[in-house]
Amino acid sequence: MKREKKTMIAIITGIIFLVLLCIPRAPVLAAEPYKIGCIFSVTGPASFLGDPEKKSAIMLADQINKRGGINGHPIKLVIYDTEGDPTKAVLNINKLIFHDKVLAVIGPSRTPTTLAVIPIAQRAQTPLISCAAGIKITQPVKKWVFKTPQTDAMAVEKIYSYMQKNNIKKVAIITVANAFGESGKEQLVKQAPKFGIEIVAQESFGPKDTDMTPQLTKIRSTAAEAVVCWGTNPGPAVVAKNMKQLDMKIPLFQSHGVASPKFIELAGDAANGIILPTGKILVAKDIPDSDPQKPVLLKYIKDYESRYQTNVSGFGGYAYDGLNLLAIALKKAGPDKAKIRDELEKIKGYKGVSGVFNFSPSDHNGLTMDAFVLVKIVNGKWQIIK
Amino acid sequence: MDLVTQILQFLFSGITNGAIYGLIALGFTIIYNATEVINFAQGELVMLGGMVMIALSNGTSLPLPVGFILSVLVVSGIGALFERFTIRPLKNPTQIGIIIITIGVSILLKGVAMFIWGKETLSSRPFSSSPPIHIGSSTLDPQSLWILGITFGILLLLHFFYQKTITGKAMRACAFNKRAAGLAGIPTQKMVLLSFVLSSALGAAAGVAITPITMCSYDMGTILGLKGFCAVVLGGLGSTVGSVVGGFILGIVEALGAGLISSSLRDAIAFVLLLGMLFVRPQGIFGIKEVKKI
Repeated sequence: MKREKKTMIAIITGIIFLVLLCIPRAPVLAAEPYKIGCIFSVTGPASFLGDPEKKSAIMLADQINKRGGINGHPIKLVIYDTEGDPTKAVLNINKLIFHDKVLAVIGPSRTPTTLAVIPIAQRAQTPLISCAAGIKITQPVKKWVFKTPQTDAMAVEKIYSYMQKNNIKKVAIITVANAFGESGKEQLVKQAPKFGIEIVAQESFGPKDTDMTPQLTKIRSTAAEAVVCWGTNPGPAVVAKNMKQLDMKIPLFQSHGVASPKFIELAGDAANGIILPTGKILVAKDIPDSDPQKPVLLKYIKDYESRYQTNVSGFGGYAYDGLNLLAIALKKAGPDKAKIRDELEKIKGYKGVSGVFNFSPSDHNGLTMDAFVLVKIVNGKWQIIK
Repeated sequence: MDLVTQILQFLFSGITNGAIYGLIALGFTIIYNATEVINFAQGELVMLGGMVMIALSNGTSLPLPVGFILSVLVVSGIGALFERFTIRPLKNPTQIGIIIITIGVSILLKGVAMFIWGKETLSSRPFSSSPPIHIGSSTLDPQSLWILGITFGILLLLHFFYQKTITGKAMRACAFNKRAAGLAGIPTQKMVLLSFVLSSALGAAAGVAITPITMCSYDMGTILGLKGFCAVVLGGLGSTVGSVVGGFILGIVEALGAGLISSSLRDAIAFVLLLGMLFVRPQGIFGIKEVKKI
């Protein structure tokens, strides 16, 4: 009886083996995989950034591997979650570099987490492609650090050049009292003289404030010809509603921080007439066919939406561009960190989701203000301003 | 624009916010009067009121009054469960113990709300869709009038309840001396339950009324609770009229401070006011030193 059982087990094991051998597999990539580290804030307060970034990176890695990898080597992503916390980001990047021995790191998702990991990437001489917007990440240029999102400076430039064209000379600014708002305020104040603009009022509001009428009343009593609001939801929606309530007729400009359908939902009718800069992904279908980014955008949106069955987010593209750029560099450089860095710096004219990248030794962001388009909200819809 | 219109506009903003703070402060007062503790989950009850209303009304054609009443009922039920399962089972209800429980409940409610409604901010329709009201060259949001009306309505009802009804009187007796009230045949446990239900209902009403202006997110309760608490301390712990007056003072000072001094000092001004009050008159404007409450 016992003996029979043993033979039985042996036979079954044999069969399983045979069956497994016969299953047709994806093309077997014999070469050793290229390990790439990713640190995103997949959970926590900035999960709206990290989650689509993780999804986009996984999607792109699968696509690259299906095509046969890079020079025959498949890509292997090692993804960790920072929960938006700088301390965890530091732990994660140490683990990636010294334990997982990755060739390069994509992420983190937020400016504070990125600033925390930069010294480590620099010391370990590992290329880092950040998905965070803060201008301090690549200015001044750090040898091993690159980034893919557009910066505040470009958004401000875009708004101010529109104002210059439309003869708006006096503006009031109202910014949220956090890192995003402060950075926006800095740029708004710094760039104003260049465009012949005078800032006649500077107000701020708390991220959780629910009434901005006092600040706006103050602005109403100045000679401001336009208001620029810099913040992320829900504050800017309150500003929009309060301006309507106060019957202020001067145009309101918002930052790219609210460039999502959520803002229109929150601000309701008050959203109409607002002008803001946004990445092209929000209006991908409406940008002219001559735009070099259009095919990239449409493909990314189609792939993402069909794979994850949700609407595409404006943020996943940062990781998508990061991994694509890295793939270009890896293809030329092979598994050598220093060479990867050199090749990254040489990339010119890469058409990505966030813009057309032209890296150089003095510019590790590689974008210009053309990465943004100005849109106006008309009847609850985005309309591109030519 | 001249200074007078500006100040009028600041006052409108202050009064609106003041009514919101007062409404939340009333919730604190009711529970304080029955248990002598501060319910730190009060802000979360307000948030729940707003959230339930949004869940009921967005996408459906539910008439507003029905939605209002339903949200108040749902949140009152949650308040009853809150008392029944976290406060009542305590063997030795010390003040500090109950306070810590309410903090725990507030974290729980916040977490549950985050799971159900997500982290995004939600908005709801205003009660009436009329345009802003112009007074001189200042304007007032019609929703502000609703909030003011609800605050005063509730204040009147509460006053009537405490002074004229036997249950209200029993509650006051509990607040005055729980042991003596118990000896006189007042079911003190039921009074505590009732106070939680009442203050939850109030919180829910506040939540429903303010979300068209403030919008609603799972974590809005914390700051609202803090401001309401400031209002309570300003007005005097345990005084219903004091809570509302405290709310108005806080709202108006905040608005004037933000408008005339600096908007970045808005919260600081409120808390300086609170500290000042604690130094000068710790029992608050309407508080009477440990003699008689309500």
